[in-house]
Amino acid sequence: MRLAKVIGKVWATAKDDSLRGLRFSVIQPLNYRREPEGGTLVAIDAIGAGEDETVFYVGGADATLAFPGRSIPSDASIVGIVDRVHT
Amino acid sequence: MTVGRVVGNVVSTVKHPLYNGQKILLVQPVDPVHGKPGGNTVVAVDTVGVGIGELVLVATEGRAASEILKVPRGPVRSIIVGIVDEIETET
Repeated sequence: MRLAKVIGKVWATAKDDSLRGLRFSVIQPLNYRREPEGGTLVAIDAIGAGEDETVFYVGGADATLAFPGRSIPSDASIVGIVDRVHT
Repeated sequence: MTVGRVVGNVVSTVKHPLYNGQKILLVQPVDPVHGKPGGNTVVAVDTVGVGIGELVLVATEGRAASEILKVPRGPVRSIIVGIVDEIETET
């Protein structure tokens, strides 16, 4: 999992049926100082994060499991909103 | 698995239920041979009970996490599996 900031949204009307109703967020991965680290990507938001919020997301095969009882074709899913980071 | 330094902890109220009650830490990967920080900061679940500043072993593939948490596979990928006492290499 990695830290990231939500910096935008993606709308896609024509998409695979298994993605219906899901929200796509543009995220910028962050390092532990909350500085940008690496390139941006699109993640499926499984918890309802708002723009500008710091989140953590899971990548790879485990991203398909972000919704209980349902498998989604995602390779990055937001699974938590970060309230605070203590370093 | 990756060797890394614990550099922070994450407070999160709204999260996937699999993370409920779990300690969530930030780990900066460290090259196990040269000890230099490198790579991207990882968010990892901790069941070992480690502190900030400690050198740890992190498994970064989901099956290890589900084994340790004793839950079916879910959206947890990185998990701290131990505290490093010492690393010995030939170089």
